[in-house]
Amino acid sequence: MKILSKKVLNDFQGVKVISMEIFSPQIASKAKPGQFIALMVKKEGERVPLTVVSRNKESISLIFQEAGFTTKLLGGLNVGDSLYSVVGPLGHATEIKDYGRVILVGGGVGIAEIYPVAKALKDAGNEVVSILGARTKDLLILEDELREASNRLLIVTDDGSYQRKGFTTDILKELLEEGKYDLVYSVGPIPMMKRVADVTKSFNVKTIVSLNALMVDATGMCGCCRVTVSGKTKFSCIDGPEFEAQEIDWDELTKRNRVYQDKEKHICNLNKLFQE
Amino acid sequence: MPKEPVNPVRNTEFAAGKNKISNGVKTREVSAEERVKNFSEVVSGYSEEEALFEASRCLQCKDPKCILGCPVGINIKKFIKQITEKDFAGAYFTIREKNNFPCICGRVCPAEYQCRKACVLTKKDSSFASLSAINIHFLERFIGDFGMNNDLKVRIAADNKISGYKVAVVGSGPAGLCCAGELARLGVKVTVFEALHSTGGVLRYGIPPFRMPRDILDFEIDYLKSLGVNILPNFIVGKTNDLTDLFKEGFSAVFLGLGAGVPSFLGIPGENLCNVYSANEFLTRVNLMSAYDFPRHHTPVNIGKHILVIGGGNTAMDAARCALRLQKMGNIEPDTTIVYRRTEVEMPARRLEIEHAKEEGVKFRFLVAPKEFTGGGEGFVKILRSLECSLGEPDASGRRRPVAIEGSDFELESDLAIIAIGLQANKVLTSVTPGIKTDKYGDVIVNPQTMETSVKGVFAGGDIVGGEGTVIEAMGMAKKAAFAIKDYLYSLK
Repeated sequence: MKILSKKVLNDFQGVKVISMEIFSPQIASKAKPGQFIALMVKKEGERVPLTVVSRNKESISLIFQEAGFTTKLLGGLNVGDSLYSVVGPLGHATEIKDYGRVILVGGGVGIAEIYPVAKALKDAGNEVVSILGARTKDLLILEDELREASNRLLIVTDDGSYQRKGFTTDILKELLEEGKYDLVYSVGPIPMMKRVADVTKSFNVKTIVSLNALMVDATGMCGCCRVTVSGKTKFSCIDGPEFEAQEIDWDELTKRNRVYQDKEKHICNLNKLFQE
Repeated sequence: MPKEPVNPVRNTEFAAGKNKISNGVKTREVSAEERVKNFSEVVSGYSEEEALFEASRCLQCKDPKCILGCPVGINIKKFIKQITEKDFAGAYFTIREKNNFPCICGRVCPAEYQCRKACVLTKKDSSFASLSAINIHFLERFIGDFGMNNDLKVRIAADNKISGYKVAVVGSGPAGLCCAGELARLGVKVTVFEALHSTGGVLRYGIPPFRMPRDILDFEIDYLKSLGVNILPNFIVGKTNDLTDLFKEGFSAVFLGLGAGVPSFLGIPGENLCNVYSANEFLTRVNLMSAYDFPRHHTPVNIGKHILVIGGGNTAMDAARCALRLQKMGNIEPDTTIVYRRTEVEMPARRLEIEHAKEEGVKFRFLVAPKEFTGGGEGFVKILRSLECSLGEPDASGRRRPVAIEGSDFELESDLAIIAIGLQANKVLTSVTPGIKTDKYGDVIVNPQTMETSVKGVFAGGDIVGGEGTVIEAMGMAKKAAFAIKDYLYSLK
């Protein structure tokens, strides 16, 4: 579970997005697009889920934003360091087939998660249109990779610092108004995925999202990641992580993902004190 | 090694020689007041003097029923006799013949429903052991700890006919560890695959350190490693690879000790509100991830002012006792209540756990049927709306069925709730294993004589077979499977 390579994809106001390649021939041989791993940085660490972005012969690549305590800890590791634990691949893989015309919507680090799916869908013969959204130009990742993996690539930034100003859903709506699509696949912040679900609803197009619920064991044992889908409780880890966007109780998910906000602030503050 | 308790309570009755023959020798325990401040072991175990006295109470029956009450068939009569003769090493090997984990079983076995219930000193027709029954579990623990402290080792009696074979054990809980131990002692090359980063299954993530100290668990697992068992954590059979891969890699047989993984919920409105936990999640955070030591350990757990634990089994007791400790450690006035739909008599938990929970200040509300959780704007739970129950006719389990009384609605304050009503099978492995037969609950169907599944060379035991059972029941099944695996390996010759 050694780190083979590390690359800072961007560093915006001290918040980095990092790509890491981790040695794990077993997981590399089995992981499929849409699946994730659970990792622990150190013995005292949390178990956190991260999507497998790509796989090589003996390694997998992960992309993460240093958003919280554990991702910062992970970002602090360097080539040659080892993670305490990596297990996977977890969750169901994306159903890859020739749907016809598909739109992929990625927001923020969610762009990293749509990348393997875009590639696989294109390889399966789909016409792939990818919409990438970032808060600002410096936060945009994997532009070249997704251009390669898509038939058409469209980019928006919240502040207009690069390409079009606006939200991914603005473009999504225009595309759906212009022509018929068979699938929309989206990963990003919850508010964005919820908006995607709202937009596609009126066009009656199948919409899949990959959820980032909080997890502990990530193998179905604890139920921390439960989410209400079509009125029924599902576990993101073993029933997902992908679900039909229109069926999800977004309000509940938003609240559940905030359940440890105070604790997270506390541990981050302590860490800051410690570093100072 | 077991540490001396912070504040050992002298067994004054015993010391004063007042212990009546009619009742067993109590073990020393840390006082309730002290023990709720930490996660250290509560029961201190017997001293030599106490063990000798307790052993001397055994009637050495001609036809001992206690052995039949033990799921792994320990020769209880013999090891107790050996204790009375001060042959503690002999007693250790007598237990080890049948049970590889005396330190674990001596601590967590619900003896009052098993060997002690079968003891001739238990009053007839009791639903669990009488106080007069021999404290077999405490004696087992005494001997187990003696073996551990004196580094007694069981020799491997390699069976040359099968010692070259490789067997895969999936899951490192009680069933997996037991099966691995039995086979390793025959010289079989055993690899245990564990999904989590740490071994022990429910012994690690479920049972709290104050019942099962981690150094003791580590000792028993290290012992297994010393028998040549290879343990691979972070490996999910069914995901990281599958059974076909295992056979391809040269394993001749596989034992599935997957456990009953997926927590059940009540299915009532509001159950997904924040701070409504499954017992599995709460206990995993606290025990496996050491959330009681946040922020030194990074996994958080929330704690409330008014905690409800719903359920009446050992898991409910464990969850309640952990929750109460967290309140105490967080300087919150302890208020943790177990909510159960029947009455105390019907509770499936070990009597000792119920007593310990009461002593520590856990409250009990009986005959309550939860109806709905309601919360505030931020999505956190606030109230459990419930109905009162009465007891009706006995159900399939023989216990009287709770019947909710319409119109008896009332509210319980609850800013944190823990659902401890049981588990269902985890289908991660069975769903990707062609040909494996499961029942309507998702449990694996086996031949009860051999524990072999519908797939050749694949055996199973523990909760994935019988639904939720005890540690020792899982071990009993695993042992049976180990014998069958031995025969199976013979047949490959």
